[in-house]
Amino acid sequence: MVNKKWSRRFFIGVCITPALLLLTLFMVVPTVQVFRMSLYSWGGFSNNQEFVGLNNFILLWDDMNFIRSFQNSIVLIVFVALATIIIALFFAYLLTNAKVKGSSFFRIIFYIPNILSIVVIAGIFSAIYDPESGLLNNVFGMFSLENLEQKWLGNQKIVIYSVAGALVWQAIGYYMVMYMSSMASVPKSYYEAASLEGAGKMRQFFSITLPLIWTNIRTTLTFYIISTINLSFLLVEAMTGGGPDGSTEVFLSYMYDQAYTNSTFGYGMAIGVVVFIFSFVLAAIVNRITKRDVLEY
Amino acid sequence: MKKKAKGLSTDFLYKLFIYVALITLAVSIIVPVGWVFLASIKENAEFYGSPWSLPKGIHFENFIEAFRDANMGDYLINSIMVTGLALLILLIVALPAAYVLSRFHFKGSRFIHSFVKAGLFINVSYIVVPIFLMLLDWDTGLRAMMGDGFFLNNRVILALIYASTALPFTIYLLSSYFETLPSDFEEAASIDGAGYFKTMFSVMLPMARPSIIIVVLFNFLLFWNEYILALTLMPGEHKTLPVGLLNLMAAERAAANYGPMYAGMVIVMLPTLILFIAVQKRLTQGMTVGGLKG
Repeated sequence: MVNKKWSRRFFIGVCITPALLLLTLFMVVPTVQVFRMSLYSWGGFSNNQEFVGLNNFILLWDDMNFIRSFQNSIVLIVFVALATIIIALFFAYLLTNAKVKGSSFFRIIFYIPNILSIVVIAGIFSAIYDPESGLLNNVFGMFSLENLEQKWLGNQKIVIYSVAGALVWQAIGYYMVMYMSSMASVPKSYYEAASLEGAGKMRQFFSITLPLIWTNIRTTLTFYIISTINLSFLLVEAMTGGGPDGSTEVFLSYMYDQAYTNSTFGYGMAIGVVVFIFSFVLAAIVNRITKRDVLEY
Repeated sequence: MKKKAKGLSTDFLYKLFIYVALITLAVSIIVPVGWVFLASIKENAEFYGSPWSLPKGIHFENFIEAFRDANMGDYLINSIMVTGLALLILLIVALPAAYVLSRFHFKGSRFIHSFVKAGLFINVSYIVVPIFLMLLDWDTGLRAMMGDGFFLNNRVILALIYASTALPFTIYLLSSYFETLPSDFEEAASIDGAGYFKTMFSVMLPMARPSIIIVVLFNFLLFWNEYILALTLMPGEHKTLPVGLLNLMAAERAAANYGPMYAGMVIVMLPTLILFIAVQKRLTQGMTVGGLKG
């Protein structure tokens, strides 16, 4: 019996120790380091670490470039979340409720952007947005809408929306599939009843579908916040490098530039801490204000 | 009679509207992706005309140039090695851990559960610089002792880090699957005198095959497409494909030599596209099980 107990312990230990070791080494320690280093002034390869308390955060407060990356990130989060929700819900509703021919074909096609590397997406959208030989401007040219032609990645006023467009393009399919799976569990009889009462498709969507999948939509709101912060960094780093003139600098790209490219590690990590806390607080607020009673069906 | 005709026409308009919407979105995805494929076989002079003109011939030299001159061939091998090794490490480490965490209750098992779950909230983008500094630090130590670095520019270490950062999601997904399995099988195996290891390897792991496939698919896409860790931790020669593509994009744009750049994009995305078309059903279904995004 003692032997059995020992062998059980041994088994458990062998199974979970490697995972715990790797997690600790490559996830926990670096995360703790982000917080610790944010309290130090550390000018890179000189290895001179000096404890400065919250000084990095005070500096951040006056850093116009950081404020700008903050604004850009918020614009992106709001724009990408709203546009993606509307488009993804719309198409999910069509593909689940309207009897569409070839619905699985559309589902497959819509999901493709999600499996592409962000680097490839950056390349595709550089080709789309190119001012002379770009696809977008040439489409406008074809329909004689030359006044709509833009320097999509060169004009500081609109470039952030060009980035947002690429992010929405990338995200639609993923969220559409998620909404489709929760829409599929709404009983068909509800729609039939509503239809007999004379409710149109729009009315059915807002009075039946939307309330019943609300829990799912709320969950995805948190995803939008986290993934937009992350993907906007990866896309911007690969497509615009934060330019022109810092007009597409976002949270984490600014952090990466400070911490890695400029080697001001402490300052960069302070940005990381602020972004980390910001995303949690934002997710909590969004979660709170979208809370509704869960409908059972 | 009149009413029916009216109903028919609104119905027709509604259908028309649906298909116009669906086809618009489909075109906005197929056209740019397909365009890259066409652009990859265009000659350089063709890029100065309308982007909508079809390629005049198959200029396959773009691929040769990308493979040979831009080293995409080497990078392809690196990507295959890193992705394969990372998947292997991930499965070896995550499967037993997920199995134990979902089927055994022991002192501290709850804590470990929430510990792993907390990892879901840590994003690679936040910790890429600390990881780089940690490896740099180890390398500096090693250089002082042995005169050579080991941890940066190492494909095995990169694979190990890929696997580690994918652990929380993978363990979470696998253990929620293990939890649904009935315990009869373990009991039967135990009565037959099988030990813990034998039960795990010959009874439980084979049963987990559907969820293992999903885990492999998701993480393949994740590892294959990843670039920020690879860019930061591999400044030397052993670059992976996405990082190689980044360099190619910067170089070709400066030199206005577009063909090889698009060939590079095709090289990066073709494997994922083929895999996706082959298994798309599993992937879009599995997504709702995992319901997570990096």
